[in-house]
Amino acid sequence: MLERLVGVIGTGLAQGSMIALVALGYSMVYGILKLINFAHSEVFMMSAFAGFFFISFLGAENAPIVAGVFGTLGAMALAALLGALVERVAYAPLRTRRGESRIAPLVTALGMSVLLTNLAQLLFTAKYRSYPQIIPIGRTRLIIVVTAVLTMIGLQVLVHRTWFGKSMRALSMNEDAARLMGVRTGRAISLTFMVGSALAALGAVLYCLDQSQAYPMMGATIGTRAFVAAVIGGIGSIPGAMLGGLFIGLLGELTKMTPYSSLQDVIIFIALVGVLLVKPSGLMGRVTIEKV
Amino acid sequence: MFGRRRFLEGTAGIGVTLTVGAATSGCGSSGGGASANEWVVGSYLSLTGEQSKFGEDTKRGIELAIEEINANPPKGKKIKVLFEDNKSKVEEATQKVQQLIDRDKVVAVLGEIASSISKPAAIICNQKKVPMITPSSTHPDVTKTGEYAFRVCFTDDFQGKAGADFCVKSLGKKKVGIMYAENDLYSQGLAAEFKKAVGPAGGEVVIEKKFTDTETNFTTYIKEVKDAGVEVIYCPIYYNQMTPLWRQAKAEGLTGDMFVGGDGWSGDDTLLKELEGGFFTDHYAPDVPWAAGKKFVEAFKKKFNQAPSSLAACGYDAAMVLADAIKRAKEDTPKGIRDAIAETKEYAGATGSITINKDRNADKAIVFVQIKGGTTAYKAAVGPGAEKLTEGAPPPTPETAKPDDSAAPAASGSAAPDASAAAAGSASAAPAASASAAPKP
Repeated sequence: MLERLVGVIGTGLAQGSMIALVALGYSMVYGILKLINFAHSEVFMMSAFAGFFFISFLGAENAPIVAGVFGTLGAMALAALLGALVERVAYAPLRTRRGESRIAPLVTALGMSVLLTNLAQLLFTAKYRSYPQIIPIGRTRLIIVVTAVLTMIGLQVLVHRTWFGKSMRALSMNEDAARLMGVRTGRAISLTFMVGSALAALGAVLYCLDQSQAYPMMGATIGTRAFVAAVIGGIGSIPGAMLGGLFIGLLGELTKMTPYSSLQDVIIFIALVGVLLVKPSGLMGRVTIEKV
Repeated sequence: MFGRRRFLEGTAGIGVTLTVGAATSGCGSSGGGASANEWVVGSYLSLTGEQSKFGEDTKRGIELAIEEINANPPKGKKIKVLFEDNKSKVEEATQKVQQLIDRDKVVAVLGEIASSISKPAAIICNQKKVPMITPSSTHPDVTKTGEYAFRVCFTDDFQGKAGADFCVKSLGKKKVGIMYAENDLYSQGLAAEFKKAVGPAGGEVVIEKKFTDTETNFTTYIKEVKDAGVEVIYCPIYYNQMTPLWRQAKAEGLTGDMFVGGDGWSGDDTLLKELEGGFFTDHYAPDVPWAAGKKFVEAFKKKFNQAPSSLAACGYDAAMVLADAIKRAKEDTPKGIRDAIAETKEYAGATGSITINKDRNADKAIVFVQIKGGTTAYKAAVGPGAEKLTEGAPPPTPETAKPDDSAAPAASGSAAPDASAAAAGSASAAPAASASAAPKP
C-alpha cells in the first residue's frame, strides 16, 4: 500500500508539473493584463502538433535524443510566435481603446480559442496522432519533473532579476504608471505572451511524450485543469501556478485509487470551490483593491 | 464495427460546418427501374466523404457477391444493384433511399456502415415497406426501427458478452480485470455486458477501474490492476485511449496477451504495431478457418488483387443473405423477400453462420483476432454457431453448393499479411467524433 502511494505521488507530481507549465501561461497573462487568455489552451494544442511534426521529421527512430530536444525547442519557438501573433491580432487592438469593459477581450479570447480549434481540425483533421515513443515512460516522467522545476527556477530569475521581469512586474502593478516611467508596455506584453506560450509548448510536448497523442480537442481537457490550477494557486502568481498544478496533479492521481475515479474532474472542481471559499484570492494570491 | 459511429449522430452538425465546399450535385440517376427479367436492388453507401474507404470496401464485397449470384441467378432472373453515394451524410442517405424506392422501384436495399446513417434510412425503408439489410451497423437501434430492417453483423451489446466468453473459455483465464471509460456509452455498455457474462462463464471480475474518455494517464490504474493479480484485462475503449494505456502498461511490465478489447481498437496503425499479442473483436479475419470464409478470400483476391477487409466481408454476406432470401421467397415482392430474410437460418456466410433472430439481428459467432507483427490474425470464434464453425463442418446451406474444404483446423495461427486493411481505413472515424464531443472549458 505504501509502495503504491509512493508510485501515485510520483505519477501525480509528473502530471502536476505538466499542468503547472500550462497554468503559468494563464497566470502570467492574467497578472499583467487581468485577462483570462482562453486561447492559451489552443496554443498548447497547436504546439503539441508542432512537436509531433518536428519530432517525426527529425527522425524519432534513428536519433531520439536529438529529435526530442530539437523537436521540443522547435515547438516552443513556434508556440512563442503563435502566442505573440494572437496577442497582436486579437488583444492589442482592443487594449488601445480605453474605457471599454473587460468583457470585450474575454469574448475575443473565447473566439480565438474556437478559431484555433477549428483551424487545427481543418489543417490536421480530427485524427489522433500518436507521438513516437522516444524514451521509456518512467524516464519521461522524471524528465518532466526535473524540467518543470528547472523552468520554475528560471522563471523566478527572469521575473525578479532581469530588466524584462522588472517591466513585467511594473506593468502588473499599474500599466499607465509603468508606461509613464518609460516601460515599453507593448513589448513587455508581447514577451509575456511569448514566454507563456513557450512554456505551454514545453508542457505539451512533454505531455504527449508521456501520454502519446495530439488531437485538436486536447486543449479543452488539459486547459481546463491548468486554468483551475492557476486559480487555485492564486491567478497572477507564478509560484501559485506551480503549487496549484502540483495540487491538482496529486489530487487527480489520489482520486484514481478510489472507486470514484471517473469523477476526477468533479472532485477537482469541488476542491477549487473549497479553496476559493476559504481563500478567495487563491493559495498564493494577493488581495488587491479594485479601483473603480 | 461501427457502433462508435453513434457519436457522429451527436456531432453531425460540427461535421457539416467543417466540410466547406461539398457541393451538392443533383441526383445522379442510375437509369434502371424495375425490370421484368432482373431483380433490382438498391445500395446506398458512403462512396465519397470521410467514410469513403468503408463505403468502397463494402461496395467491392457486394459486387463480388452479385457476380457469384448471377452465375446461378435466383429464379432465373439476375440481380442488378444500383449503387448510390450518400457522401457520408445522413441527409443525402435518406434522399437516396427514397429515390431508390420511389424512382427505381427496388425490391430491397443494402446499406450503410455507419449506424447514424443506417438508422434514418431504415425508418424510410420501414415506411415504404421495402426490406433493408445493413452489412455492418452495430448499433442496436438500427433494427429496432421496424419489421423491415435487418443486419448481418453483431450488435454492440453482444460484443461484451462474447468478450467474457472469450476471456474465460477460449483463453482459459479466471481472474479478470476491467478498465473502461464510464462516460462513454459504447465503453460502458460493453463493460456492463461483460460483467454480467463473466460469472456464468466461470470467471470472476477481481477489479474494475473506470475513468473518463479524455483520460490519458493510466499508470495508477494499471498498478492497482496489476496488484490485484489479474490474468487478463478487458478494455472496451477506443484505440486513442488504448495506445497510452498500453504504453504505460508495458512500462509496468504487463504483456500484450493480457489485454482483450472490442472493435474500438481497430483503426490505428500505432496500436497494431505496438500492442503485440493483444486480442480484440472483429467481424471477420482473412484467415478464418471455415470454408465459406476461405472461398470468399480467394475469390476476392482474384478479383481485386488485395486481401478483403472486414467490411468487404460484411457487404458480401449482406448481398448473399439477400440473394438467398430472394430464392426462398414465396412471393416476388418486397414483402415476400422480407419474410424470407426473417427466416434465414444458419446461412454459411464469409463472416460465419448467420441466423436472423426475431429482433432481425444476426445470431452469429463473433471473431476474435490477435495482433501479430503489425497486423491481425484469427484467434477464435465465440458465440452462437461458433462450435460448428470451428469444428470445420460448415452448416449445410440450402442453395449455395460450395466445394466443402472439409476439416478446417480450429485455430490457424498464421498471420495474415493484409489483414489490417479494414483497420487502417477507419482511422479517423472514432477520434473525429469523440474529439468533437469533448467539453470546452
